Amino acid sequence: MSEKPKFAMYWSGSCGGCEIAVLNIGEKILEVDARFEVAFWPVAVDAKVKDVEALPDGDILLTLWNGSIRNEENEHMAHLLRRKSKLLVAFGSCATEGCIPGLANLAPLGEIFETVYHTISTDNPQGIHPQPVTQVPEGEITIPALKDRVYTLSQVVDVDYYMPGCPPESHQIAAVLDLVFQVLEGKAQLPPKGSVIGAGGSTVCDECPRARNVKTIKAFRRIQEVAPADPALCLLEQGIPCNGPATRSGCDARCPRAGAQCIGCYGPAEGVIDYGARLMTAFASVIDATEPEEIERILDGIPDPAGQFYRFNLADSLFKAGAPAFKHNGH
Amino acid sequence: MERITIDPITRLEGHGKIDIFLDENGDVANSYFQIPELRGFERFCVGRPVEEMPLLTNRICGVCPEAHHMAAAKAADAVYHVDPPRTAKLLRELLYMAFYCTDHTTHFYALGGPDFIVGPDAPVAERNILGVVHKVGLEIGGKVIQMRKYGHKVVEMIGGRKVHPATAIPGGVTKILSEEERKEIEAMGRWAIDFALFSLQAFNDIVLSNKTYLDLILGDVYYHRTYSMGLVDENNKVNFYDGKVRVVDPDGKEFVKYEPKDYMNHIAEHVEPWTYLKFPYLKKVGWKGFVDGKDSGVYFATPLSRLNAADGMATPRAQEHYEKMYATLGGKPVHHRLAIHWARLIELLYAAEHWVELATDPEITSPHVHNKPTEIPTEGVGIVEAPRGTLTHHYWTDEKGLLTKVNLIVGTTNNYAPIQMSTNKAARALIKGGKVNEGLLNMIEMAFRAYDPCFGCATHSLPGQMPLEVTIHNASGEIMEVLKRD
Amino acid sequence: MSETFEPVIIGFTCNWCSYRAADLAGTARMKYAPNVRLIRLMCSGRLDPTFVMKALASGADGVLITGCHPGECHYIEQNYKALRRYLLLRRVLKGMGIEPERVKLVWASAAEGMKLAQEINTFVEEIRALGPLGWNRKLAGNGHKVEEPALEVAA
Repeated sequence: MSEKPKFAMYWSGSCGGCEIAVLNIGEKILEVDARFEVAFWPVAVDAKVKDVEALPDGDILLTLWNGSIRNEENEHMAHLLRRKSKLLVAFGSCATEGCIPGLANLAPLGEIFETVYHTISTDNPQGIHPQPVTQVPEGEITIPALKDRVYTLSQVVDVDYYMPGCPPESHQIAAVLDLVFQVLEGKAQLPPKGSVIGAGGSTVCDECPRARNVKTIKAFRRIQEVAPADPALCLLEQGIPCNGPATRSGCDARCPRAGAQCIGCYGPAEGVIDYGARLMTAFASVIDATEPEEIERILDGIPDPAGQFYRFNLADSLFKAGAPAFKHNGH
Repeated sequence: MERITIDPITRLEGHGKIDIFLDENGDVANSYFQIPELRGFERFCVGRPVEEMPLLTNRICGVCPEAHHMAAAKAADAVYHVDPPRTAKLLRELLYMAFYCTDHTTHFYALGGPDFIVGPDAPVAERNILGVVHKVGLEIGGKVIQMRKYGHKVVEMIGGRKVHPATAIPGGVTKILSEEERKEIEAMGRWAIDFALFSLQAFNDIVLSNKTYLDLILGDVYYHRTYSMGLVDENNKVNFYDGKVRVVDPDGKEFVKYEPKDYMNHIAEHVEPWTYLKFPYLKKVGWKGFVDGKDSGVYFATPLSRLNAADGMATPRAQEHYEKMYATLGGKPVHHRLAIHWARLIELLYAAEHWVELATDPEITSPHVHNKPTEIPTEGVGIVEAPRGTLTHHYWTDEKGLLTKVNLIVGTTNNYAPIQMSTNKAARALIKGGKVNEGLLNMIEMAFRAYDPCFGCATHSLPGQMPLEVTIHNASGEIMEVLKRD
Repeated sequence: MSETFEPVIIGFTCNWCSYRAADLAGTARMKYAPNVRLIRLMCSGRLDPTFVMKALASGADGVLITGCHPGECHYIEQNYKALRRYLLLRRVLKGMGIEPERVKLVWASAAEGMKLAQEINTFVEEIRALGPLGWNRKLAGNGHKVEEPALEVAA
């Protein structure tokens, strides 16, 4: 009797949204159940780490990994699941590019520490900070130390495929699963290793139904100053900083359809080396001014440039972090 | 000392590990429920524009981003001193009710419920949503999938996306609801009411009618007498979106009712070195350790505590079931932690009924969905009830509306002390003489699953590089001295 | 032996004006600091912020961008694009805790060999005062050996 191939889904420094996106494929989850044995998926099944350790190497056919590498445990699990999996997919923005929690790379780790255990509602007169190792009367308790900054999955292990999105949209997940089922039946081939899957090759602008004209931006404005925006016209043209021009397609431009600017969760478009740099180019190209003072005035309309351009992508950008993140290195 | 480790905990959102220490007789000396994850929202949101907070804080949790989206929007409204138009509030709350239905459904059928539906010591491979479908059949499995589909469809229709909605901004929302969409949402809401009633019936048939399970619920293993917290409207009825925070003592008497902006006077957070998550407690009672009772500041914030803290439900059929639950369990307040599963289904019913009320409000399709902020942004607090507990977002900004400081007390964090206590008590009661098996360990995990924890939420915070620190404990585990080297 | 920090600077120069100005400085034997490696672009409007970031992230301490004076662009208006990208890029660098002064935009026409030489010398001293950026070392972490970009001293 042939055994079903094994499937795993694991979350590291993540929010669980990718798990929900997978559950949102609806009835198709039953097909996953029919074709795979779910070997490890902490949100849904009770298999433990020791069960994974006991598997032979390469025994899990497909592992969807969501979450960034934020602490030592995340890195340990990345190496473990890499060993035990034939195919490892960096699933979702945290795994592929660090995602929003990657913004922690703009600050020194020590300062972050001082914030949390001393907030206005925290009662901590002894200034206690959680430790990787604590002696309690009964023995030793260990919690994983944090790494110096947020890393992406491919920065610590070899990755086979990348699936962008925060989270990847469910119709894309369903399409990828359909491809996997076809491959299992010998009816299709896997794309080349290292490919981006479950997304388009263009930008969000291509999927956006709003009318686009030649852009001549005289001001960038905050969405609450413009609302309600003209529902038929490009948001960027209305001065709202929309990240569509540099962001990979695949999401069907859902946010702009609903009146909200694209914030870039599908990561860089095809062929882009640094997401923020490309978005800067796009915005700069459409600003309608030639005098430095006028340009600066228009740029004042983007009050948080680092966040605007690297919201999801900082950990995977050319710089990977802001300068303060390296303070403890003595640099 | 011998140690048993459950790693990772499963069928919840987030990361955790439980270390159980056994003494020389093989009985439990102590157990520690550790949270190993942190990401740092309170730090890295500093410098961001406040209108992005509904989008950034979504990523605290992808299971309940809607809760963060709403709390952040309300906090941002407060920062700008702007009151959204009624239609915007209706739309936000409608999205929120649909989300509640889908979230409580996910918990009951996929996370906590399998322990009852297939059994707490059923084989590991069956103890999950797939096992539930195998056991109860595809028809019921199909209903569960349908409810989740409907709930997320409404979130998408009002919020733009199924996960991480995008349309709440300071002053209102970005999208107007069409009549066509409204009709579809109303129809889905009516279906949801039937589904909630069905789920309550299923709970009655599968859980309450099963003596073993009823004994578990009513027994002492999963029982703690603590304060209860929940948001209530002006009639002291349960409300998830707005109102005042009400806390009742272990006997059910009102202890305090406060406005969101005053949370600081009532809640403080305690720190332990063996876990990254902090332990909130009632400031005016004080932190007395992981103990029950009126003199301990420990409180819980869950569906059950919300029902304990309120005087009733605001919709008729939910009210019937509210009365039935308390009649069955011996009156208010109820402290049997496994009854949280029951209260959760009553909330599912209320959310569905209120979904239909909102979807049939004459102003829900009005085009007036935003009031422009006109005042200088300063500081604001937004509180909603996340499915897992009272969620507080507190922002301070500069005059441009960029965040200078952030404080978050998140749903599950409220419950961290009770979760530690519940798993500890269950471990002590269930493990004797060193006899342990997989099913028993799962019954210890059941103690936390009742709270529907969301540790991604709870661990938004991020500590930094850790200087060397030595803490000296006495026999009771109290910290006597802290030695540091930076 | 004293270890003066010798900045490594990448200079993106536009073909039609500043590259010719650099040529002019060379043929006229105007001395300027050897720290700048010139990379020729057909137009300053070709400058993608990616180039600047790659230079800095790979170990450069500063980036100089030169283009034709406003109104004199060989391709009419593209130097304005460079200006806008440059101003935006500086804000982003500041937000990332990197001194925006490490990137500088200078206009120079083909005839301004002397001016270009002076600008280069000035910029080298400005970067020397800021100190090394050493981003490649930062990324490699404490104690890791990294290949230092070799500094060739031109005649």
